[in-house]
Parts: sequence; C-alpha cells; structure tokens
Amino acid sequence: MSNLQAPRGGAKEQSGLRYPTSGKTIYHRPLNRAKTAELSGASFAYLFSEMVNYASKKIESIQDLEKRLNVQGHPIGLKLLDLLLYREPARSQTRPLNIITLLHFIKINVWQHLFGQAADGLEKSSDPSKPDEYMIIDNEPLVNRYISVPRDMSQLNCAAYVAGIIEGVCDGSAFPARVTAHSVGKQEEGEMWPGRTVFLVKFAPEVMERESFLGKG
Amino acid sequence: MSYYFVIVGTQDNPLFEYEFGTSKAGGDGQARFPEQAQHMNQFIVHSSLDIVEEVQWGTGQMYLKCIDRFFNNYVSCFLTGGNVKFMLLHQPPSSSMSSTANPRSSTSTIATNPTSPQTEEAVRAFMLEVYESWVKAIMSPFYRVNMEVRSPVFRQRVAAAGRKYL
Repeated sequence: MSNLQAPRGGAKEQSGLRYPTSGKTIYHRPLNRAKTAELSGASFAYLFSEMVNYASKKIESIQDLEKRLNVQGHPIGLKLLDLLLYREPARSQTRPLNIITLLHFIKINVWQHLFGQAADGLEKSSDPSKPDEYMIIDNEPLVNRYISVPRDMSQLNCAAYVAGIIEGVCDGSAFPARVTAHSVGKQEEGEMWPGRTVFLVKFAPEVMERESFLGKG
Repeated sequence: MSYYFVIVGTQDNPLFEYEFGTSKAGGDGQARFPEQAQHMNQFIVHSSLDIVEEVQWGTGQMYLKCIDRFFNNYVSCFLTGGNVKFMLLHQPPSSSMSSTANPRSSTSTIATNPTSPQTEEAVRAFMLEVYESWVKAIMSPFYRVNMEVRSPVFRQRVAAAGRKYL
C-alpha cells in the first residue's frame, strides 16, 4: 500500500487520489520538448484510422461524420493555444488581438508544431459579400496521407479533424468561428496536389464587429 | 500583505481559489484579511473583471499589471491565451497596523507598496510560474475548458510560487 500514499503531507486527506509510483505527476514534467521529438507517422495513421472508424459508427450523413471529427479536434486546439504561447520566447509571448495575427499564428506555429511545416497558404475570401471568411490551404494534409475516400462518400474530407483543431484555437482566443475542410484538388492525371485541402474559417459576426471597432481605435 | 488569488474561467466562473500572506520580510505566509471584510474579496475581484475585458484588447501582453483598485485593495491580472484570467488581489496591511508592527519598513519593499515596479515584477514572476503549472493542468486529456482545478499538487505549486516571490 505504500505506493498509494501521497508523496507530501498536505494531500493525504484527499481520498481516492492516487499518485504514480514514482511520485511524479504531470506537474513534474517539463513543457518544453526537444526539437527532434517527433512521433511515428505509422502509429499516428493507425490511431487516426481508428478515430475515423469510431466516428463513422451510426452516422446519418457525411456532415455528421465531419462534425464528429471536428468535435474530436476541438479540445486539442484549446490546449495547443496555451501550450504554444507558453513556448514562445518572452518578448513575443502575446495573445492574438486581431484576425490576421491569429491566422498567422495558426499557419506558422500550430502547423509547424503539428505537421513539421507551415501551411501552404493563407487567403482572404475574394467574395466581397463574405469579408468574414478566410482560407488556410494545405496542399497535402498529413492526416489524409493514408486515407482513400470511398466513391459514395466523395464529399468527405477527414481533415475535418484538423478543422476542429483550428476551430479550437480560434474559440480559445475569443474569436469564435466555424471551420470546415474542403477538398479542392482535382482527381485528374498530372495534377500536382490531388489532396489539396482548404480550411474555410468563418468568423462569428461579433468578431467582425470588434475587428472593425479595434481597427479604428 | 495579504493576497487572494483566483483563477477565473471564460464564463466568469471561478476555477481555483487560494489565500495566502507574504513570506517576505519575516512574514509567516498567512493571509490577514480583516474578519468582516474577507468575504468582500470575491466581489472586488469580480468587479475588476469588467476592467480586464476593457484592457485586454488594447495590449497583447499576458500580464496586464495592476488594473484596479478598491480602497486598500489592489488587483493585478494575468490573461492566458485561452482567455482564462489569473486575478491577484493584494492588500497591504492597514497603515495603523504597519506603523506599530514594523515601523522601519521602507516604501520600496513589496509588502508595503503595491504599485512599485518591484511589486509588479514580483507579481509577474509569480504569475508566470502559475501559468506554467496551469498549462500543465490543462494539458491533461481529461481536462475540459472551464473545469475546476482540484489537484492538490497544483495547489502546492501555487503556494510554492507565492512563497518564492510574494
């Protein structure tokens, strides 16, 4: 029973709480990681395929499946936001205040952390009636590398999971948004990026309102 | 000096509370809020949240320094990326007490002057240390946004940061 004892006196009255045998909790582990600490792509592909499998049980539509993948990614975005800000050097450790800095943070920092490279593009919607829409472009999403979508589910893009992560980052930093993933690559011969995916970020009206207000002041 | 530290979630809900006193200049680390005013702390901090929301869009800095004052209570704030607010209410000992208890204390020590640069720096160091523990806490896969933090280890970490800097 000795290994169930709390390592310090103050915590003993908290019944039911168990410590690892080493006495080390998450609070004892460093938040910074070595630059080379990468995960195996194969094990990620395996886990991700199970996640998609799990999410595709008892669904009514493709939107339903994408919604579930999105929900799985959302908390990761929330956590990543604070983790990556924490790892920033002290002078650039600032909260994103406007849409451009936020999207830039996602394009550079989040992408670099998740996929080892920055996203391939960041665009604003060219449609003047939709100033609240932005696009983050990835030519070859890592999550889709080993996924072949059946013909009858052709609208499905499993990068909805990544869209969920982006949505989590946006929501966490008080820029509520809806993020969806769309395949735009053409399936023809000779197409350079058949898996090209656009993440459409649509910000909530209150964000646009604040943005215009802050821009003036 | 007495401190009341609270972590406030994104919906103005308290996630963690901790009261302590100064450990500098011979302090014993016990909070000494007047008995009849202790319950006011939550109200004072809550009223400062409005000011945080005004200030937060003016600067991208996480540490917003001392943002509010209510009589002898000073409120400092640190805002994380996920819009969680660390609020620290500090209350210097009332003037009659400090003059009898510690007549030689200079105005530059943390314990007596809540708006001096030294105090701001000490509070910043405290906040950064708590932020580190906070990020670790939210990295737990079982933690969802706006959940109360009950971990005794987290409490120990906050207490240690308080002893170290304040």
